[in-house]
Amino acid sequence: MPPVVEARGLTKRFGAFTAVDGIDVEVAPGEAFGFLGPNGAGKTSAMRMIGAVSPVTEGHLQVLGLDPGSQGAELRARLGVVPQEDALDQELTVAENLAIYGRYFDLPRAVIRERIDELLEFVQLAERRAAQVDPLSGGMKRRVVIARALINDPELVLLDEPTTGLDPQARHVLWDRLFRLKQRGITLLLTTHYMDEAEQLCDRLVVMDRGRIVAEGAPSQLIREHATREVVELRFPPDHEADVATILAPTGHRIEVLPDRTLVYADDGDALVREAHDRGLEPTAVLTRRSGLEDVFLRLTGRQLVE
Amino acid sequence: MTTPIALRVLEGHARSYRHTWRGTTIGAVATPVLFLAAMGLGLGQLVDADPEGPMGDVGYLAWLTPGLLAASAMQAGAADGTFPVLGGTRWVKTYHTAVASPVRPRDLHLGNLLWATIRITVIGTVFVVVAALFGAVPLSRGVLALWPAVLTGVAFCAVLSAGVVLLVRDQFLAGLNRFVVVPLFLFSGTFFPVEQLPAAAAAVARALPLWHGVELTRALALGQPPAFAWQLHLGVVVALLVAGIAIGARTFDRRLRP
Repeated sequence: MPPVVEARGLTKRFGAFTAVDGIDVEVAPGEAFGFLGPNGAGKTSAMRMIGAVSPVTEGHLQVLGLDPGSQGAELRARLGVVPQEDALDQELTVAENLAIYGRYFDLPRAVIRERIDELLEFVQLAERRAAQVDPLSGGMKRRVVIARALINDPELVLLDEPTTGLDPQARHVLWDRLFRLKQRGITLLLTTHYMDEAEQLCDRLVVMDRGRIVAEGAPSQLIREHATREVVELRFPPDHEADVATILAPTGHRIEVLPDRTLVYADDGDALVREAHDRGLEPTAVLTRRSGLEDVFLRLTGRQLVE
Repeated sequence: MTTPIALRVLEGHARSYRHTWRGTTIGAVATPVLFLAAMGLGLGQLVDADPEGPMGDVGYLAWLTPGLLAASAMQAGAADGTFPVLGGTRWVKTYHTAVASPVRPRDLHLGNLLWATIRITVIGTVFVVVAALFGAVPLSRGVLALWPAVLTGVAFCAVLSAGVVLLVRDQFLAGLNRFVVVPLFLFSGTFFPVEQLPAAAAAVARALPLWHGVELTRALALGQPPAFAWQLHLGVVVALLVAGIAIGARTFDRRLRP
């Protein structure tokens, strides 16, 4: 089957600023694909080009076999979009928000009514059909937005930071729904800066930094390639003066000194902890954990705060 | 058969209106009616006391009514061209969601204008009926005078939304109302003939598009010829509308499809 998204040298410039700097991306049908990166990495700009709402500056882009530039309306009719902000009309009911959006696709009113029933069932909001949007919780509004994105029965759903700002329960409910979409064979394309989200949902992802792709692969593969099996976090008292990095340097592990703790990337965490004690270090707290995408991410994109 | 996209946008407006029609209609009609009562009935007594006055034998109330009709239509158009547009681009961001569907930015602009046409017609009709009850205008002439007023209102809506869609801050709105909408409302021959102004100011007032809309509306309401040829007055208002549609098609696109 031809890829759902095929981008080569895809570039987006705003004046002198390059938001997306020649990325190559290929997404297969039914895949859940993630754009991971800090704020300003170019994830949203890439998604907006794929969604045919932002013209491509340079490069090749085909989505569902269509050219977003010349066949934009035709393409958008087959996409579902979950934007960063809900953009729900607060004064209207849940059903009315979906109905107005459905009419934008010129769906017959009877079809819209039927789909609203199905979709609200799917996002577990059937009993809120006639409720005003305004008083709903953040997680519920997000589910309404998912339902809205599905009103046209899309083949590809674009989600821009789908769970930002939600509490843990709401995030898990949302992930569960997105996972079911994936099971139905719908291709998902999402941006996120949450590592757990990417690990939960994405079959494959690219890590973006300053408009470029700095790594690509399945979450487990990226962890294998860019991090060790375990990470040891050592904490010392505030007045601790010994140079931990120098003392542990002979162990040969990668060491990162943060203001509040020191991270050591080691395949065998317990062995490293014993060795630290042998070398005379007395940390006040030790945590050995499995490394995750977050470690990959921070390694690849650095720890400086991007404002 | 596919529905023209701007009509789908219009349908969305109509659906939301079910929740908001009371507040928006009452507000848009109450203000001109209050002006009509205070100025037309109260101040009008003083004006009409001078038989040599600039209104001639028409009577101030009858003279004022079409002016208020056109100026209120302009105000309603200005309101539709500002708050909902900022809601769409900045406050709620519904425009960004709309353009992710087959709706294009220019369809949003056109759909909004179609909706403004309906809304201003409704408001204008209620105002004309109330004015007729005041004895300010014969109902038939009032209804006849509706169309240039509505055209004026929609033209202002088009031009303002074309600019407002690009706004990235809200502060501009207060200035727009204070320095554009209110002065237009006051000095476009609404409450007094522009001839009453010093010559230079009168020339400025005649250059204002609202004055041309007021002249057309008043000519139809009173059954008198307008100040200049009606083709000129109509041309100015239509030019404003066409410019608003054309510029808006570009600015909506620039803002919503960066």
